Amino acid sequence: MVSLIPQPHPKERRLIFENISRPGWANDIETYLSHGGYESLEKALKMQPEEIINMVKAANLRGRGGAGFPAGIKWSFIKREDGKPHYIVVNGDESEPGTFKDRYILHNDPHQLVEGLLIAAYAVNVNLAYIYIRCEFPHAAKIVWNAIKEAKAKGFIGKNILGSGFDCEIYVHQGAGAYICGEETSLIESLEGKRPYPRIKPPYFPAVLGLYMSPTIVNNVETLCHVKHIIRLGPEEYAKMGTPGDGGTRTMCVSGDVMKPGYYELPCGAVTLGELIFDICGGMKPGRKLKAVIPGGSSAKVLNVDDVFKMKTKAADGSMVETEVKMLDLVMDAASLAAAGTMVGSGGVIVMDDSRSMVWALNNLNQFYAHESCGQCTPCREGSLWMSKMTTRMLDGEGTASDPATLKNVADNIAGRTVCAFGEACAWPTQSFLAKFPEEFAKTASK
Amino acid sequence: MTTETLSNQAESIPHHLLAEIEESVSHYPVSKRSASLPLLHLWQNHFGYIDESGVDWIAAKLELQPINILELITFYPWFRQEPAGKTIIRVCRTLSCALAGSYELREKFCTATGVDAHDHSHGFGSAPPTSPDGKFSVEFVECLASCGSAPVCLINDDLHENVALDEVPTIVTAYDKE
Repeated sequence: MVSLIPQPHPKERRLIFENISRPGWANDIETYLSHGGYESLEKALKMQPEEIINMVKAANLRGRGGAGFPAGIKWSFIKREDGKPHYIVVNGDESEPGTFKDRYILHNDPHQLVEGLLIAAYAVNVNLAYIYIRCEFPHAAKIVWNAIKEAKAKGFIGKNILGSGFDCEIYVHQGAGAYICGEETSLIESLEGKRPYPRIKPPYFPAVLGLYMSPTIVNNVETLCHVKHIIRLGPEEYAKMGTPGDGGTRTMCVSGDVMKPGYYELPCGAVTLGELIFDICGGMKPGRKLKAVIPGGSSAKVLNVDDVFKMKTKAADGSMVETEVKMLDLVMDAASLAAAGTMVGSGGVIVMDDSRSMVWALNNLNQFYAHESCGQCTPCREGSLWMSKMTTRMLDGEGTASDPATLKNVADNIAGRTVCAFGEACAWPTQSFLAKFPEEFAKTASK
Repeated sequence: MTTETLSNQAESIPHHLLAEIEESVSHYPVSKRSASLPLLHLWQNHFGYIDESGVDWIAAKLELQPINILELITFYPWFRQEPAGKTIIRVCRTLSCALAGSYELREKFCTATGVDAHDHSHGFGSAPPTSPDGKFSVEFVECLASCGSAPVCLINDDLHENVALDEVPTIVTAYDKE
């Protein structure tokens, strides 16, 4: 696996990747224990569960899987003493194009996940947890199984963990090659052994009717890893690393046409998109200019280097003023990217230079979504395929002048009309590529 | 259909596989049905694919109807009802890998292994395009989540990163010898 650059960039702050950066680091439990491993669990087990949930809330931890929901609020949906069994399912089905952080964590620091998961399990009263790992990570599954075995042997998993009276079992569950299983209700159906068609919300919010129709928390791998650091550092110190409402650090995965693609862990909002690409990732390849960036996994709306956004910011006297923000000056945090009409999503940044055709890039993504649509909802099943066919014919020189408008019409009729967010995920690339590069689509379509 | 696909897998389940199946089922104390995917994985890992007897056997084991198992095989791209090559080369097709040349990489793997590069018939439980000697299958798969080291491919259980076109013959030879 391509590894982390050992010397962090001055702007980086490593929590999730702290252990992995240590010289001589190995993923076994002894190494983990010799660097403070499971001390946060020990500390957490002496606290009241509500106290832990409040800490995670105060830390402003947002989910790192894509949707960015505040983790502490998600946890507080579970009523601890409702007499029902509760479950946690870890979403390690990392499949969003452009995202590759969870793979790295699972391979190199599996105990960080196990520790975070156990703290979460204690907080929401869970005695049975599953770690869902996509089957394309066969080594990761073995490594995590082994970590579970090691942790069990040390008394961190099983009955009466560290004498606290709290019991928890953890098992690994492997997927079978379907992107849709990263959607939390689909993942639950998959774990139940069914065809993984997403469930409709309401009523099937996992926190109410989740795994086996019981209250369930589904959290991303990285999200749970952060929990350990919130306990260790305290929520105030953790929160202040980030921006208000988006606490701590975020692992960014950069790929595409930059000199130094890879993993970077940055405090939320610490850098702008321009700093990330040009200072941290070494800029574009020689002779090339930046053209477009997908900032948060392939479903996030694309940004054009020439974009200028009108945003409301707080002036020195506290009043709100409208300012113009250039694309490269966008701050990499949840609020700023949302204000720019896109999202920080899963932290997967895909960079494209001026040699790239945007129709080609969109066609690649359209083929992905057409392949991965589960087929449950007609607008998505049919629409994703139509979009893919249309961009393919545009590239083959068989497009017509009306194709961009038809393409937009199809996309507009998927988003908001499906059971799950895949509808939006497959419509947003088409909608945004068309909006951001209209001339290029018009030219390719009528070629 | 070859004679191989007509053989009855359920009549030759070795002890170690049975033990692994039992262990797997025990991980799901609330619902045995949850063991469907793990059992399909164990079955395919052992036999190379899942035949009709496998579908029936797994369904019976989990107290389900055979359709409950078959509908998983036809949904998930990972499972197949026909044998694939001894070595399966899965080249990542999605954006970051495509930017780094994965289309050329797939073609190069096809040439080096004798797999028909224009065969796109894979899906719904069929085997990926396979070389006439049965040694290799080559297929495109969607994002393998290693975009920072594109282009990548998964060969059997191993991830190969930053794969250069001129490395392909050496990689193929290494697996050919295994």
